[in-house]
Amino acid sequence: MIKVNGFDFPWEEGLTVTKLLEKKGYTFHTSLIVVKINNEIIDEEKFDTTLIQDGDDVQALHIFGGG
Amino acid sequence: MNVKEMREKHRLLSEYKYQLGTIDKGYTNRTLYINVGDNTIKEKPVTDFMKEKFVGGKGFGLWYLWNAVTPETKWNDPENEIIVGTGPICGITQYPGSGKSLVVSLSPLTNLPFDSNVGGFFGPYLKFSGFDALEIQGKAEKDVIIIIDGNKGIVRIEEAPAEAVDGHLLGEQLTEMYAESEEDKKNISVITAGSAAEHTRVGCLNFTFYDPRRKVVRLKQAGRGGIGTVFRDKKIKGVLVRFKGTKGNLNNPHDISLINKAGVRLHREIALYDHKQNNMRKIGTANIIEIMDQYDLLPVHNYKFGSHPDTHKIASTVFIEKYVTQGMADGCWYGCSLSCAKAADNFELKTGPYKGHKVCVDGPEYENAAGLGANCGIFDPEYILEANFYCDTYGIDTISVGTLIAFAMDCYEQGIINKEITGGLELTFGNKEAAIELIHQMSRGEGFGKIAGQGVRRMKELFIKEYGADPQVLQDIAMEQKGLEYSEYLMKESLAQQGGYGLCNKGPQHDEAWLIFMDMVNNQIPTFEDKAEALHYYPMFRTWFGLLGLCKLPWNDITPPDNKYTSEPAKIPEHVQNYFDVYEGVTGIKLDEASMVRQSERVYNFQRVFILRMGSGRRIHDRVPYRSLGPATVEEYESRQERYDKQLKELVGYDPEGKTTEEKMAVMRKYRESQYEQLVDAVYKRRGWTMDGIPTLEKLKELGMDLPEVVEVVKKYL
Repeated sequence: MIKVNGFDFPWEEGLTVTKLLEKKGYTFHTSLIVVKINNEIIDEEKFDTTLIQDGDDVQALHIFGGG
Repeated sequence: MNVKEMREKHRLLSEYKYQLGTIDKGYTNRTLYINVGDNTIKEKPVTDFMKEKFVGGKGFGLWYLWNAVTPETKWNDPENEIIVGTGPICGITQYPGSGKSLVVSLSPLTNLPFDSNVGGFFGPYLKFSGFDALEIQGKAEKDVIIIIDGNKGIVRIEEAPAEAVDGHLLGEQLTEMYAESEEDKKNISVITAGSAAEHTRVGCLNFTFYDPRRKVVRLKQAGRGGIGTVFRDKKIKGVLVRFKGTKGNLNNPHDISLINKAGVRLHREIALYDHKQNNMRKIGTANIIEIMDQYDLLPVHNYKFGSHPDTHKIASTVFIEKYVTQGMADGCWYGCSLSCAKAADNFELKTGPYKGHKVCVDGPEYENAAGLGANCGIFDPEYILEANFYCDTYGIDTISVGTLIAFAMDCYEQGIINKEITGGLELTFGNKEAAIELIHQMSRGEGFGKIAGQGVRRMKELFIKEYGADPQVLQDIAMEQKGLEYSEYLMKESLAQQGGYGLCNKGPQHDEAWLIFMDMVNNQIPTFEDKAEALHYYPMFRTWFGLLGLCKLPWNDITPPDNKYTSEPAKIPEHVQNYFDVYEGVTGIKLDEASMVRQSERVYNFQRVFILRMGSGRRIHDRVPYRSLGPATVEEYESRQERYDKQLKELVGYDPEGKTTEEKMAVMRKYRESQYEQLVDAVYKRRGWTMDGIPTLEKLKELGMDLPEVVEVVKKYL
C-alpha cells in the first residue's frame, strides 16, 4: 500500500509515476502536476522510469486555479 | 439604412468639453459622471481618500455606488448607477492581461452591489481619454448613446433611434460611424447590451475591440449579474470612446523598467511553455472542457453529474480542429501574448433573425460549452457556438442562461412544468432546438423565454406559487444563491469550493476562489482551518486584480517551470512577485503579500457591509442549495454509489450495508450540511467576522475602514 495525496492506494510491482497517474485518472497536463515521492520532487522527464516502492508517500499536486 | 443616415437621425441632448489631462503613475485623478436622465455631464476629482481606501477599479465603483443609492434603492430606480472603473495598472501594454475594466451596479438578479470584469479596449481608452472611471446614473426617456472623444476632449449624449440594439450589429455600426478611416477603427471601443437584455434580468454588457486582421468588431463580456439589463433599463444603447495614440508609457509609470522586466519574463514563459501546459493560445479557457469531465467536475444535467460519455464531442480539440481560427493575435488588450480571446470565423447561423449570416463567434469559453452545452445535456459544438453567438449579441450572460435552461429542463423532466407552461417547448435535457428557441424568445420578450430569463430564483418562486411545486425539492435543485445562478463547475466533492461559491460576496461565481484541485484532488487543505485560510487568501488576491484592472488568467494559466520548487506552488509565487513589481513600476509604491491582502480586505469588507446595508450579507444568505453540497436525488446518489457508500463508511462511520438509498442519502445530507456549517464558522473567524457573517468593529478598525457610514450599518447587527 502507498499513500497518494494522503490517501491509501494499492501498490503493485513495477508501479511507475506514469502508471500511477493513469490508474488515478490524473489526466491533467503532466507538466502541471508536481509529483513528490517521500517529499522529493520527480522531474517530469523521469515519470516513465521512476519506480514507486511499497510504502512510499506520493504527492501529485495539480497546479491549476480554475476559471 | 447606412450609418450616415443613422447618424443624421441623432439628436444632441448634451455636450461637455473638458481639458485633456495626463496620467500620473496610473491615475488620471478624475472621473466622469453622466446622468442620462437630466443630461448632466461633469468631472469629479479622485481624492487621496479614494486611492487609499479603494485603490481603483471595482473599489471606486463600489464607493460611488454606495454614495448613489440608499437601502431602499432597487436596481431599476434612476439612482442606480453603472460604474466602469479601470485601476492604476489598466492600460499598460508590457504585461499580459492589463486591460480589464470593472463594472459595478445594483444587480437585477440580487438587488445587491455587483462587480463584473471585462476585457476589450474600453477601459484603457477611457483612462487615456482622461478618466479613471465612468459613472452613469439616471434613466433616459428615449434610446441614447454616449460618445467620449478622448482626443478632442468632448463628451456627448445623443438620442440614437435608428441603430440596432443587438451587440454585434451595434458594435459594427458605431465603430463604422465614428471611425475616421479603416485604420482608425482600432481606436474605438463600444459598450453595448442587446435585445434580450431588455426583457430578462440576465443582461450582459459587450465591450468591443476592433480586430484589424479579421476586420470585425470583437465582443468581450461583463457577463455576470445582469448589468446589461440595467443598461437597457436606462435606455442606453451604447457608450463609445475614441482615443488615438496608444503607447506603452501613457500611464506615466514611476519606473517602466520594472514593468518591462516582468513583462519580458512572462512573455518568454508563455512562448516556451503554453503549448505544453494549458494551450491558452490555441483554445483559451475552453482547454479544460474534457479535463473537467475527466475529473467529474463538468456540470451535466443541472449539476446532477460531473461527466458524460458524449463530452468528447465538445472537447477542446473539436473546436481547435474544426471551428476556432488558429494563429491569430487574440489578445483582448495590446501586449497580451496569452491570446485567449478565441473566435470562430465565418460561422453560419442556422436559426433566429440572423439565420444564414456568416458571423464571427467570440468563443467558446469553457463556461459557454459547460453551461449551454453539458449542463443542458447538449453535446453539439455547433449548437454551443450558435447559442454563444446569440447570447452575446442579444446581450445575455451565457453562464446564467446555461444554468437557468438546465434548471428549466430539470423541472420539465420531473414534471414540475409541462408543455402547457412552456408554450409547447419540450424542454428535455439534450433538446437543442427547444433551448435555442428559448434564447430567441428572450430576445423577443415573449413566451416561456421571458419567464426563464428572470432567472432561476424567480422561476423557482413562480413554480412553487403557481404550479404547486414542492418548495424543498426546488430549493435543493435550483442552482442559485443570493439570486445569482451558479457558474459551471461541479463542486459536490470539494467542501472548499462549496465555500468558494457560497461565501462569495456577489453570489456563486468562481472568480473569488477556485479551490477544487487544491482540495478535492491534491488534499492540500484538509482541515477547516486550512480551507478557511485558502478562502481568505485567494478571494483577497483575486479581489486585488479587480482593483488594479488586471486579468486573472496570466497569473496561473501559465506556470514557470521551476514553480514546483517553491514553497507554495499553488500561489505561483514568481507571478505574484511580477504583480508587485508591476504595481511598484506604475505607482511607485512597494507592495508585499501583506499589504496586497490589506488593500483587498478593505474593499472586500466594504462590499460585505454594502451587501448588509442592502438587506443581505448575513449567515442565512450564505446558505446554498443542497445539490451544491451533495447528491440531491436517488439518481445522483446511485450514479456514484460506490463513492458515497465509501464516504459513509470512512468519514461518517455509518455502515451502508443493507440500507436503502433514501436512508443513506439522509445520513449523507446531515453530514455534508454539518460540514458546510463548520466551514462557514472557520471562514467567518478567519475573515474577522461574527458567526452571523458581520465584519466586526475591531476588524474594520484594523483595516482603517471604520468609516462613520460603515460603522452605522454594522453596529445594528453586533
